[in-house]
Amino acid sequence: MAEHQTYEEAKALVFRGLMLLGAITIIEVVVALLAKGHLIHGVNFSHGFGHYVYMLLMIGFSIYKAYFIIFFFMHMAYEVRGLVMSVLLPVLLLVWAIIAFFSEGSYWGRSRENIRQRNEETVKPASGSNTQGYYIIPGTEKQVKLG
Amino acid sequence: MAETSVDHAHDTHEHVGESQRWEGAVSPFGASYGKIMMWYFLVSDAFTFAGFLIAYGALRFSMPTWPEPDFVFASFPFVDAHWPLIFVTFMTFVLIFSSVTMVRAVQEGHRENQRGVVFWMFLTVLGGATFLGSQAYEWTTLIVKENVTVTQNPFGRHTADGVYLNADGSEAKNADGTPKTFFKDQSYLIHMHDGKPSGLVYHDPAQRGEGMTSHENLKIKYTTGAYAGQVKEAAFGPKAFGALFFFITGFHGFHVFSGVLFLAIIMINAGSGLYAARKNGYEMVEKIGLYWHFVDLVWVFVFLVFYLL
Repeated sequence: MAEHQTYEEAKALVFRGLMLLGAITIIEVVVALLAKGHLIHGVNFSHGFGHYVYMLLMIGFSIYKAYFIIFFFMHMAYEVRGLVMSVLLPVLLLVWAIIAFFSEGSYWGRSRENIRQRNEETVKPASGSNTQGYYIIPGTEKQVKLG
Repeated sequence: MAETSVDHAHDTHEHVGESQRWEGAVSPFGASYGKIMMWYFLVSDAFTFAGFLIAYGALRFSMPTWPEPDFVFASFPFVDAHWPLIFVTFMTFVLIFSSVTMVRAVQEGHRENQRGVVFWMFLTVLGGATFLGSQAYEWTTLIVKENVTVTQNPFGRHTADGVYLNADGSEAKNADGTPKTFFKDQSYLIHMHDGKPSGLVYHDPAQRGEGMTSHENLKIKYTTGAYAGQVKEAAFGPKAFGALFFFITGFHGFHVFSGVLFLAIIMINAGSGLYAARKNGYEMVEKIGLYWHFVDLVWVFVFLVFYLL
């Protein structure tokens, strides 16, 4: 489905695109600075639930910018469906790769932390009439009975 | 020349019904060989960059701490101040502008306006060169002023709350007598003297507004967490940070550099009348335009991943 734009319409689209991308970038940076506590003293979304919402918002903005650049600057909106699919489908497969590897990275982090804790644990051996030993939780004085 | 001319960009694939698309004699994707191949090159390049960004993500999430982007990237040329993320926002705008001038160049190519093509491509080249200069400034600041290399990263973050110690083991005090404390996840930068770590700077919100507080040796004592009460030295941050930053932004910068070279060549070709004489007109300008928008697109994701998340 081809569209014939006049020259004026084409130029207007470009100007709209500049305003749109510029506005989204400014909003992204303002939200980032706000979330990291630089704009209003004490406001900080760096932890927990707020942090996930912040990350999703940033990713969402960037995906929208990418959509606009691909479909309107690179003209993908006007291309034949076969070309569009042969380009976009392989790239969309990367979404799963990203999710899988970030999850893998978190797993490596948890394993590292587990090994660090295990390296530091101490076991108090059984002594005299007490036939049971104690496991001492790392970094604390807390004893847990073994056996 | 009529002012309201029709945009001929879509002539190759109109008037072909779906049943006729694969019968031969027309390009089924409605585009020339060169344009389709440029798209597929960009798909392969997208996979390469995705591979690098995935490696970045996997390594970053596997580390207990990672440098805070708004602490690391806060310098601005000619200004001795701490402006988090402002310069890199400027760099993003430069690339967005250069993408817009590129679209204008392609539009002028459709109207066969030779001077218009050269003018808008020249602005695009200027944008690309400005971006490269800006990236060079960022790298110089990191390497020369802050001593980041591919194997050394002086940007760290504390893993628990604590207090800074003097060389003799006593608690360090600020100018106003309060103890120099730090909190979990607070960022610091270790500065080097003669190649050896000699002290660190950090931003303490309680002291002097946005200025940096400095501490002249690395001894710290934690007051919370698994190592509470223990005296340690402030450690360097994860080595992977420097390697990943320089490699990924370097690879992107290499694309910007080669893009600027190609843009310049094609601009000169357009100026010499080469494309006016061709059967496919200014299609070469479209093809390099696709490459240039891809470079902008990759930057959108590098900006997201390194600076915003």
